[in-house]
Amino acid sequence: MNAKNEMHLRFPSKSCNEAFARSVAAAFVMNLDPTVTELSDLKTAVSEAVTNCIVHGYRRESGTVFLSGKIDENGRVVFKIRDKGCGIADVRQAMQPLFTTAAEEERAGLGFAVMQSFCDKVRVTSAVGKGTTVTLEKQLGNG
Amino acid sequence: MIETTYQNNVLTAFLSGEIDHDSACEIRARVDGIAQSLKPRLLCLDFGKVSFMDSSGVGLVMGRYRQMKLLGGALRVQNVSPGIYRIFAMSGLEGLGVMG
Repeated sequence: MNAKNEMHLRFPSKSCNEAFARSVAAAFVMNLDPTVTELSDLKTAVSEAVTNCIVHGYRRESGTVFLSGKIDENGRVVFKIRDKGCGIADVRQAMQPLFTTAAEEERAGLGFAVMQSFCDKVRVTSAVGKGTTVTLEKQLGNG
Repeated sequence: MIETTYQNNVLTAFLSGEIDHDSACEIRARVDGIAQSLKPRLLCLDFGKVSFMDSSGVGLVMGRYRQMKLLGGALRVQNVSPGIYRIFAMSGLEGLGVMG
């Protein structure tokens, strides 16, 4: 399975692009022949990360969301979702299940919990006023 | 995206397609609008035709749970596929007794 590949995408922080971004992520990994569950896991995790950029990073203001993907020769997929928005002061707190700063928008506070549950590895780097990068890693083809 | 039926004071909203932050906002407005005018005894959210859901769906259910309490009714969530159930299971929604 020699599927070394990469892609870069940027799009405005409009909520209609949440579906676009996760569809691109799914299409990108398609030649690895993922299972239905693997595909759903990746789509869901990417959807959560992109929604965070739009709802929290840019707080519904306009900005650009960056999505990049890499596949290595072993079928390991890495997606990076980045915004240049407000950043997160306390990443550890933000990653606590049910913690949310957008309760009035009915955000459940489960975004990071879902990403962690559906990916092998989730890394978050953030700087207040500069933006946030979420890195999602998942090994495909393990059954 | 949503079809609704109203029978015996039960409002059922058949959701379909993909539920994310974008579509959840539309579903919320639509369902709340109907529920507020009909004030049903029970609101059923039917997930049978939902092909994708992220955690926005959890917010949608929690919000409707609160909304129905305010209206003096109850909420039930039905026809949840195993894939979507995984996300509900993370949320502790089962503790509300709404999962049908």
